[in-house]
Amino acid sequence: MLAIKITKKQEFSIWNSCFLFLAALAVSLGISAVLLMMHGKSPLEGVGLLFKGAFGSPWAMEESLVKAIPIFLCSLGVATTFRLQIWNIGAEGQFALGAVGATWLALLYPDLPAFLLLPLMFLISLAAGGVWGFIPAVLKIRLRANEIIVTLMLNYIGILFLEYLVYGPWKDPVSFGFPMTTQFSAGAIVGTIGDTKINWGIVLCLAFGLFVWIMLRYSRVGYELKASGENVKAARYAGLPYDRLVLSVMIFSGALAGCAGFLEVSANLNRLQPSIIVGYGYTAIVVAWLARLNPLFIGVASFLLAGLKVGVENIQLELQVPAAFGGIMEGLILLTVLAGGFFTQYDIAIGRKG
Amino acid sequence: MRKFMFFLLFLLVFLVGGAGAAEKEMKVGFIYVSPVGDAGWSYAHEQARLAVAAMPGVKTTYVEAVKEGPDSERVMLNMARKGYDLIFATSYGYMDPMLKVAKQFPKTVFMHCSGFKRAKNMGTYFGRIYQARYLSGIVAGSMTKSNILGYVAAFPIPEVIRGINAFTLGAQSVNPAVQVRVVWTKTWYDPATEKEAAKSLLDVGADVITQHQDSPAAQEAAEERGAYSIGYDSDMSRFAPKGHLTDPIWNWAPLYKKLVEEVRQGTWKSQSLWPGLAEGIVGLSPFGAVVPQEVRNRVSVAKNSIIAGKMKVFAGPIKDQKGTVRIAKGAAASDKELLGMTWFVKGVVGTTE
Repeated sequence: MLAIKITKKQEFSIWNSCFLFLAALAVSLGISAVLLMMHGKSPLEGVGLLFKGAFGSPWAMEESLVKAIPIFLCSLGVATTFRLQIWNIGAEGQFALGAVGATWLALLYPDLPAFLLLPLMFLISLAAGGVWGFIPAVLKIRLRANEIIVTLMLNYIGILFLEYLVYGPWKDPVSFGFPMTTQFSAGAIVGTIGDTKINWGIVLCLAFGLFVWIMLRYSRVGYELKASGENVKAARYAGLPYDRLVLSVMIFSGALAGCAGFLEVSANLNRLQPSIIVGYGYTAIVVAWLARLNPLFIGVASFLLAGLKVGVENIQLELQVPAAFGGIMEGLILLTVLAGGFFTQYDIAIGRKG
Repeated sequence: MRKFMFFLLFLLVFLVGGAGAAEKEMKVGFIYVSPVGDAGWSYAHEQARLAVAAMPGVKTTYVEAVKEGPDSERVMLNMARKGYDLIFATSYGYMDPMLKVAKQFPKTVFMHCSGFKRAKNMGTYFGRIYQARYLSGIVAGSMTKSNILGYVAAFPIPEVIRGINAFTLGAQSVNPAVQVRVVWTKTWYDPATEKEAAKSLLDVGADVITQHQDSPAAQEAAEERGAYSIGYDSDMSRFAPKGHLTDPIWNWAPLYKKLVEEVRQGTWKSQSLWPGLAEGIVGLSPFGAVVPQEVRNRVSVAKNSIIAGKMKVFAGPIKDQKGTVRIAKGAAASDKELLGMTWFVKGVVGTTE
């Protein structure tokens, strides 16, 4: 009788996992191509259009990069909490709060010069997002409230708070009653680099990315994080300050998402409106898993997923596939890559029983 | 092997990039805020796009479910870069992104639906759907027995408020005792929420349900309880075969075909267009079997006087909920007042927040 035997791998090879990642990507593209075929569209043309729309020209690259910025920041944050096995799925709400905080200052002091206003907006967005991460952390530590539920619920509260403001007190008096604030003054807008559409927020991304990488690799906190993430009980027994770690990663994660909200509202929208909420906080979770919580890979995966979102529009435009196709592809990539991850950790042997 | 695959991929990208440039035809792009299959707002625009696509020498495309922020700007840029001659953006929130893109592509013509900002190469258009809402109000006011009409409302913005007011005025014109109860869902398309909202209205005694959202969920809720319903955007009778009365509907095709022709001839000018019943841009879908002839006649009389310009929907005296006269006797609301309407007429139960 044939039996399937699954054993845990003894060693972990980076090349092996790179290969599996590419293979998984190819499988998901293959399934997408089949879906295109079922729609009566040429699959090769479709996949070609996807790449062309996402990375096929300088401006397509720019658009993908611009979209990757908020995804990267949110993802970097949630990945840090995931390392500690704390499941912050509240980046969406933290993003909203950051945008609200930055907008508050932009509306309060429109006449401040940019070199004062922008740093202030940046700091307050960190604080606002951080508070939205602090609340579930405290509830978890003090009341043992499940952080998954609390962060998820806080998403709704954060977004509704944003909507309350733009429908009510912050509504632009000349917008005919439409929910949006007035346009920001020039001093409240993060500029773009040269003639490109890429805003200076990308520098913040690099700085934060480097910071997380160094922290994880060389600092004591990084070590404590990894150790506690592997085994909470052992870590507590060893005297690691678990509660303090939970608190700091949640605040850090919230602050990063808040910063993403600031950049989005300031650089890309130039005003606050409900359509700022497009699900970056949830995409960030997908990215964090695809990247296996590694800061460098998060950068790559953010860019790829942003490119996917941008490229799918190109397929839509040229071949008129439904918009849902993009969501399906995103789901397929996540599924295949996560499923592929199984093979990096386990060996499968098919042999005779006995 | 892998190298070979990469080579193939590059070749493919190259080939796709090189193709294209054939004979000159007019290219028209559409941007929708929701999926086209929703039987609602975007569906109505999509029907008109298909009519445009059937014109000789015209190529069309669309991108659906485009969010109203930076995403929409990118889609418009994308279309403009690909050499589209005319771009329609069919949601209010596309206004500022479109203005930005219009400045970068002065040779492309941009048409924005429901906004108020224009440029030399960017015009605006909308339809006076409130006229059709008024007519549907006549039907609702005639059919109700409880004198409570339920309105599942989308967002508290002038467009929606105007529709609720027009519906109420129409109902009051045949039944002064009628009241219109409003529930906000703050959604354009969320069938589950909208169905719940419709149920809450049925619970307080409404026996005719209408809505502003693009899903037929409110119709389904009414049908399940044996109440009457009035849809929106397109003919929604198939979702409530028994209780369906009619729908205020959009018919964008004549306007879109006219604009495409104007751009092709070079006669297009940036204007603010607001056609209505008279131009056939808005109307009512066929009545359900339960609507008696007498009611149909009433609607037809009102329709003809609106078309002939003898009657205006927002003609004074009109009081607001507090009883203050907002539009004086002998006057009629100007277009500017209509576009900025943020108050309910007397007879509406609910707040504009």
